[in-house]
This record gives sequence, structure tokens and C-alpha cells, in this order.
Amino acid sequence: MTEQSGLTYSVYDTDHMTPTEIYGYVLAQLGEERKEIVALTADLAKSTKIGKFGDKHPERFFNVGIAEQNLMGVASGLALAGFIPFVSTFAVFAALRAGEQVRTDICYQNLNCKIIATHSGLSFGTAGSTHHCTEDLAVMRTFANMTVIAPADGFETANAVRACVDYPGPVYMRIGRGFEQTVYENENYGFQIGKAVTMHEGSDITVIACGPCVLQAVEAARTLKENQGIEVRVINMHTIKPLDREAIIEAVNDTRKIITVENHSIVGGLGSAVAEVITDEGKSCRLKRLGIPDIFAIVGQTDDLYNLYKIDAAGITEAVGELLGKEVEEDDDWEDEI
Amino acid sequence: MALTDKELEYLTETAWKIRRNIVQTTFWAGGGHIGGGLSQTDILVILYFHYMNIDPQNPDWEERDRMVLSKGHGGVGYAPVLAEKGYFSGELLKKFNHTGSPFGMHLDRLKVKGLDASTGSLGHGLPIAVGLAMGAKLHKKPWRTYCIMGDGEMAEGSIWEGAMAASHFKLDNLTGFIDRNKHCIDGCTEEVMAIEPLKDKWASFGWNVLEVDGHDFRQLGEAIEKAQLTPDKPTVINCLTVKGKGVDYMEGKPEWHYGGLDTKMVEEALKSIDRLYGKA
Repeated sequence: MTEQSGLTYSVYDTDHMTPTEIYGYVLAQLGEERKEIVALTADLAKSTKIGKFGDKHPERFFNVGIAEQNLMGVASGLALAGFIPFVSTFAVFAALRAGEQVRTDICYQNLNCKIIATHSGLSFGTAGSTHHCTEDLAVMRTFANMTVIAPADGFETANAVRACVDYPGPVYMRIGRGFEQTVYENENYGFQIGKAVTMHEGSDITVIACGPCVLQAVEAARTLKENQGIEVRVINMHTIKPLDREAIIEAVNDTRKIITVENHSIVGGLGSAVAEVITDEGKSCRLKRLGIPDIFAIVGQTDDLYNLYKIDAAGITEAVGELLGKEVEEDDDWEDEI
Repeated sequence: MALTDKELEYLTETAWKIRRNIVQTTFWAGGGHIGGGLSQTDILVILYFHYMNIDPQNPDWEERDRMVLSKGHGGVGYAPVLAEKGYFSGELLKKFNHTGSPFGMHLDRLKVKGLDASTGSLGHGLPIAVGLAMGAKLHKKPWRTYCIMGDGEMAEGSIWEGAMAASHFKLDNLTGFIDRNKHCIDGCTEEVMAIEPLKDKWASFGWNVLEVDGHDFRQLGEAIEKAQLTPDKPTVINCLTVKGKGVDYMEGKPEWHYGGLDTKMVEEALKSIDRLYGKA
């Protein structure tokens, strides 16, 4: 860890710190500045790294034991008492086991709780479906008042954690198990909740990704450009809700071919959200959604699973080839838009 | 300090007014959870009209005591208490359940002044109250948190998660009440899902356990004061109550868990309540 003078943010040693470790570090640091931050977990202080906050601020750290419903209820009570609770457990427990508490206690009351869920998607591949979570984006984005964020890497996690402190209302943020590689070089790229980031310019086709799939998409785009001269635009849609509709519409107008990639079920997540925008706008567009099909994923190493379900660079490259070979039916105002 | 005769008289008079208003509100609402609304009344009355440190003119006052109605379906019995206390006009209750009204079966904190938490899904209230009590401790403030639970929701696992946490965190600023009217929707609690021995359960979870007649203000007052003086652990007061208390044709009848009233039933109910309070 190094602190550089003249920068607002710390620069993290990403060679030695995983996104979850960065989360724990940033939260502990925020705890110094903001005394109203409290942190809670359900016997996953070490795994989620929220324990780093607990090490620094033990009086504001609460472990409620393996009781996720109570975890969310207690967080609601602390928010009602004027605190900003950060709550961490595995995504599958935050979104599903305690889903009703998140909806009714936190979202319905529009409370200032920040749920940082780790081990999302297939990041805990070997644990099997009990600990995979490929449903959380679908569930969370249907809760009114909820903001849903899936950061691409550790730098973005740091930015998102900082940003959500002063972003009013409930936030659900999904990160991985902590072994994810970085896609950004530093934190200074102008992160803003609800504002997508173009990671790679391109006009032939657009890949809209979130979470660790952003890196996969960027790698695919670079290779496709170098080897085949194909210009792939890559958009990091780190905020699933509120969605950056303008970025999607612009991509449709410019490229007419869209691929979404996510470490989540193809039902209800980023791909569905993007499809909703395209449909609402009445745009003609070829859309392919890459994600976990409507099954319970098999057990395996995360990288292998990414490859199997075609959400890695190879899968994205294949999908680009497939989509580029297909026609797009023209709509009435086609000429006006391109 | 034990209740004086004058205080007792004031609470009794207030409970009479509120019980009448609950009957009327149920009528205006086109139906409601009147059985449990009437069993919890005296607990709410002694809290709001004697023990809670609150200011209806300043409902968001940070130093106020908090109350969470974990049995959120008791809303039709709770809103008249808040109206009587002066958080809003009782006239508003005439719109209870009407489309667009701030008042529905389960009250919403963002719409109803004086409410400290939105509740309705059973088993949620106690964990929220635990968080509030932890918040007061963190703030190093003396305000207290009260939580009224239904006996039916004792079957919810999250109640016991909250109970475990409250004693673990030594929340002596939290007082729980169980409205032990012995009924849930489908019948008697002991037939639907046995919750006894209830006091032993709470004691084994590390709580100070008291039991009172939930319609006796002196007993309730003594228990609340004992709870305030019990250090290092939360207290739960098992309040033995009667479902539909005050309305003779409802008392102890599970079918009055939820019901609607016509004008004749309202008239009979009000007469019954008046008789209970010697006003007939």
C-alpha cells in the first residue's frame, strides 16, 4: 500500500491486494473519516474482509453470527438510529436468504444501508450452487429504491464503496471472492454511480459487460482488433440500476449489434436490463446475452466455469464472430439514426 | 415509581377512548385485525401515555424513545393510539385503507407520523428493534427501545435470531412485549404451532423474563420499571391478553383475528366497551 501525495485517493498495490481486500481497506479508511459508518457481518468477517473495518473500529463493528435475516434487520435499526451500516455476507445469503428483509426492512423504508455482497456469481466455483449466486442482480434490481452496482475490479470497488457513502438510500454491491484480476490501471477514471465507462472504442459491435466480465471483454476486444481489425466497443456497465440508458441507446445507434456479458444468470440480470432498454426504445438491434444459462451451474474452478459458460474472452470472441455474420432488420427510422 | 391513582385513571380513560376509536377505525377501514388490535391496546397506551419519552410536535426528535410494532398487522389498533397522542388528526383515520390513504393494514413509517419502523412481515420487528437499541448504545444515549411482538410470530426463526443477538449485545435498553392472546390466524397457537414453554425459551436465550396481565396497568407499569432497572440484559414481558378485549362478542374468539363491522356491530361493540369502563 502506498499513499501518493497530490492524489485524492490511495493507490493500491493490486499485485498483492484482491478486490475484497481493497474493499475492507477502503471501508476501514472511510471509518476514520466518517464516524456514522458501522459495519456488520454474519460470521463472515474474514471471508468478506469487512473484518478489516472491525480491526480498526471494533466498537462500530458487529458480528451477529450465522443469522442473515437478523443481520439485515439489525442494519435497518442502526440506519433508523442515524448510522450508515455497511453489511457484508456472501451474495447468495444477502440476496436470497435475507432477501425479504432487504426488500421490506431496508428498501421499503428507504434506509441508508450499503450491502456489499461477496462471492457473487460463480466466483466461489468449487463451492457448488449452494454458494454460487447467479440470481442477485435479477432480484435486487426489482426492489424499489435499490441501487445495484457490480464493480469490474478492485479499483472500481474502491471507487464504488467511497461513492455509495454519500449516495442516499440502499445500495447493493456485488463483488467476487477476491481472486479477480484488475482491468483499470488506477482509480482515477471518473467513476460515477449510474454512468457507464467506455473501456475500448469501437464501431462494429458493442459488448456491454459488468463485474469481472469487463476484463474478459476488453481482452477480447484488443485481440479482435489486433488479429482481425474488428472494432469492438466495450462498455463497463458497473451500475445495473439506475442503468445508463443513454450509453446503451448510443451503442445501438452506432453499432446495431450488442452482446451483454455477466457472471449471472441470463434471466433478469444485465442482459435483461439492456434488452428492456432496447425494446422500450423500439430499436432494431441484434442482441446476444452471454451469462449462465437457466440452470444450476456445475462445480468447478471459476476460470473453467467462465470458459464453459462462454463468459470469458474466448466466449465473447466467439459471440462477436457469430453476431457480425448476422443481418439486422432495418426499422423505419434506420436512416435517421445511423 | 408505581402509578398513582390519578395516572391510572388517566390511562384507563385513554384506553377507553382508544378502544372505541379502534372499533370505529375498523368500521371506516372496511375491516381489520381488530382482535389483536384490542389485545395490544393497554401495552401501547401505557407506553405512549406514561413511559415513553416522546414529543408528538417533534416526531423525529433524535433523543426520543422508540417503539416497534413487530406484529405489524396491529396497525388498525396502533394508528388510533398515535392519533390520540397528537401525531395527527383522528379525522384522518376515517380514510383508513382507502386508496391513497397514508393508513393501510400495516403502517408505513414514511407516511405515518410517530411511527419508528414500517412493519407487517412477521418476525422482522425484533431485529429492527435490536438495531435501534444497539444504535442508542453506540450514541451513548439513554433513549429506550420497545418492541411489541405477537405470540403467533414466535414461530418465526428471525425472532430467535434477534433474541439471541439482544442478549449477546447486552441490550438492557430494549424491552420486548409479547401480546400473548393465544391465537394466530388458523387457530390457537398451541394447536397451530406450540410455542410453550414460552417463558423458558426466552430465559434460555438470556433475557430477563416477566409475566403480567396485559390489561392491568399497575402490573404492566411495575414490569416496565423492573425492565428499566435490569442491567446487562434485555427484558421481555409476557403479557397475558385477551383477543378482542373489551368487545364481548369478540373476546377469545379466533374468528375475530380479522373482521369487518356493520353499523349494528359497531353499536354493540361500543356498548360493550362502555360497559367495561363503567360508562354505560
